[in-house]
Amino acid sequence: MTEISSPLLRLEGISLSFKGVKAISDISFDVARGRITALIGPNGAGKSSLLNVINGVYRPQAGRIVFDGEVRRRMDPHRAAVRGIARTFQNIALFKGMSVLDNVLTGRNLKRRSSWLEQALRIGRAPAEDDAQRRRAEEVIAFLHLQPWRHTLVSKLPYGLQKRVELARALAAEPKLLLLDEPMAGMNAEEKREMSRFVADVNREFGTTVVLIEHDIGVVMNLSDHVVVLDYGRKIGDGPPDEVRRNPEVIAAYLGTRH
Amino acid sequence: MDFFLEVLTGGLLAGVMYSLVAIGFVLIYKASGVFNFAQGAMVLFAALTFVSLVERGVPFWGAFALTLAAMVALALLIERAVLRPLVNRSPITLFMATLGLSYVIEGAAQALWGAQVHGLDLGIADEPLELGGMLLSQFDLFAAGTAALLVALLSFLFNRTRLGLSLRAVADDALGALAVGIRLPRIWAVVWAVAGFVGLVAGLLWGARLGVQFSLSLVVLKALPVLIIGGFTSMTGAIVGGLIVGAGEKLAEVYLGPLVGGGIENWFPYALALLFLLVRPAGLFGERAIERV
Amino acid sequence: MFYTEAGQFSGHYRADRRLFRLRQDRYALYALLLFAFAVVPAIGSDYWLNAILIPFLVLSLAGLGLNLLTGYAGQLSLGSAAFMAVGAFATYNLALRVPGLPLLVGIALGGVFAAAASVLFGLPSLRIKGFYLLVSTLAAQFFVQWLFTKVSWFSNDSASGVITAPPLRIAGHDLSNPAGRYLLTLGFVVALTLLARNVVKSELGRNWMAVRDMDTAAAVIGIPLARTKLLAFALSGFILGVAGALWAFTYLGTVEPHGFDLSRSFQVLFIIIIGGLGSIAGNFLGAAFIVLLPIGLSLLSGLLPPGVIDAGQLENLQKIVFGLLIIGFLIKEPEGLARLWQQLRERARVWPLRY
Repeated sequence: MTEISSPLLRLEGISLSFKGVKAISDISFDVARGRITALIGPNGAGKSSLLNVINGVYRPQAGRIVFDGEVRRRMDPHRAAVRGIARTFQNIALFKGMSVLDNVLTGRNLKRRSSWLEQALRIGRAPAEDDAQRRRAEEVIAFLHLQPWRHTLVSKLPYGLQKRVELARALAAEPKLLLLDEPMAGMNAEEKREMSRFVADVNREFGTTVVLIEHDIGVVMNLSDHVVVLDYGRKIGDGPPDEVRRNPEVIAAYLGTRH
Repeated sequence: MDFFLEVLTGGLLAGVMYSLVAIGFVLIYKASGVFNFAQGAMVLFAALTFVSLVERGVPFWGAFALTLAAMVALALLIERAVLRPLVNRSPITLFMATLGLSYVIEGAAQALWGAQVHGLDLGIADEPLELGGMLLSQFDLFAAGTAALLVALLSFLFNRTRLGLSLRAVADDALGALAVGIRLPRIWAVVWAVAGFVGLVAGLLWGARLGVQFSLSLVVLKALPVLIIGGFTSMTGAIVGGLIVGAGEKLAEVYLGPLVGGGIENWFPYALALLFLLVRPAGLFGERAIERV
Repeated sequence: MFYTEAGQFSGHYRADRRLFRLRQDRYALYALLLFAFAVVPAIGSDYWLNAILIPFLVLSLAGLGLNLLTGYAGQLSLGSAAFMAVGAFATYNLALRVPGLPLLVGIALGGVFAAAASVLFGLPSLRIKGFYLLVSTLAAQFFVQWLFTKVSWFSNDSASGVITAPPLRIAGHDLSNPAGRYLLTLGFVVALTLLARNVVKSELGRNWMAVRDMDTAAAVIGIPLARTKLLAFALSGFILGVAGALWAFTYLGTVEPHGFDLSRSFQVLFIIIIGGLGSIAGNFLGAAFIVLLPIGLSLLSGLLPPGVIDAGQLENLQKIVFGLLIIGFLIKEPEGLARLWQQLRERARVWPLRY
């Protein structure tokens, strides 16, 4: 660890299994504040499961999570959101029956102070707050160039745009930690470039710490400050991109050699 | 104590009748993921068709064969007109479609055969039989035997035949089954036809017990708690759930009913099912899917 | 052309949130309300008010109640009639046992009792999902019916649990004539529809739809699932309760628990399927459809020579037609009549052009 400040997220000895099948065994690593960390590894290496552990969708059997100074045996999704963890999903998990704007607004639900009754009757704190929330949502929409589609149902958008809306929803929460599960999967080169730029911009402009899963090694090497490599639920590499690239075990895992 | 045992056994046997309806339901749910509310209407349709044929002078097995043919035709029609156009739609949409279907089948059955109550005599005396010191209903024993035979037949169909293999493949992974060349529409039609056959058997037994009338359609409301307790995907669950509901209902009726004024059989199974759900959210034998996100 | 939008911009986010963004739509609504409140009571015959408009309004309201829960929050329910019954019986008992309680307060409190019952039977939704939840709402359906039949206190010891309308008076005005009962019903329907419309456009409405569309993602972005679901049960129950009280007292006058049986729950469900899940206007379209269809069918059968279709067959025919319509709508237009209405409006907006 070359960082001077404490890491934003620290995983210690995390193990997870489903009905006896081990998905993650004894994984530990740190995510430094304000950096982009990439999780890589072959399919089934446990990358998504690990993200699910970080924000509490899955409950690990062992280990602990230290997030922003708080030590927990396990997260729960609501708690994670309150503490400032937002994420996108591998298979787009947008709210299909809602417009782009409404999807982005749901991302801001934790920033609300007025009660549902105030909002329903449009009294008290609600009207001013509605305006403020809308303004913030519009900022995110503008940041990701989604203005032309704000009133479009997300299910009517092409795949690449849906991925971007999901990022917008996560960003709307103004997270400290942003977890991106294959944000560029299924995209062509142009779309990937665009998405990489958005992720880099988010990181630079808002100082958001990012953990992302990505298969395109080129993207990973360009984008990330730190790479963690998983294989069969174990950690086999952890370090700066250049160092990881030379790690023989990583090369073996990626080329499919026996080890 | 003897009285308790007698009530319990009576309840268990009565529960088998619920299982009969639930089994048809499990078949359809497993193979096509459809929560088939129309199972009760199918029971009514089968029983009404059968009894009307018998009343018109058709001999028992002839009426049985003709009704079975009608159920198969109904299954083909449902597959073509309801399931196929709704393929890939949400489970809730499919469920609501079966609600509509139950209205159509009930309406059609009564428009065709009339709404009056028909008696149905299967030639089994509904007289109590003394067995090991307990008085048991002969009819219930017969029903239990029939159910056992039916389950044996269905598990043979499922586990020992090529058709069964396809069925299990479809239940496991419909897309995968499609990829290896199993024709889904045909499987659905077959499963609905088999469920129609189960409905016919259930209809005969229930019809003999209650008379063939509209209320047969409501046995689906008895089968629902059975399914919830057993889990939607397990034949064993349907049997065990039926036994639990049957026994629980009888015991509650005898021991709890008098305290609250009786008539609790409509809601008690649901309360029981809710209790089970709180402990096992996917029923006793149901599988709880791991959510992948 | 007359539907032109030229020059109508929202200069402010607040303007974008209005009931209808387009001036024409707003004027049409005002005209409709004026017509419904001022003209209809004056010209409507007793038959129209009693047999068509009042049940139409009450069923629209019941549809609205269920639609919040099922169409917006995605929680399937087959127990709507139970909560309608709670509303009716609570209102009856409040009027009976609390002297001097104003009628409007009594009906609203009836709604509150129904909301409480709805939350109670909604509690299992925190642990169980989808079809398994049916067991809870069906338990409500059967238990409530049993309770009001068995415990005669609820019906003030009347025979077979029949309850009768309390005096329909507001501030000294007698509302027991058809026009009065119509206006009372209309008042509740308009007020609750506006409230519901605001709710579904607010944070809570978005949270409901988020839970409906993908509950895991909703939890991950911090939406409190339990609170969101229970609020859906509460508001849905409240509206259903008020609808139940109106059904009992402004439409029927007297009602027994059997009047709120499972087939009533199905009727309400069919309204929202035909009208459109997740739509406010759809409830009105669906209810109109369900009220008018039987009338239309019996008119049609009246055209046939007598004896061809008897009453029993007419009922069977009705069931078949309803069932086929449900299936047909689910296949062809899963978003219901509301969607068809919207398409018509889109046409009008660009008329005389086609796009």
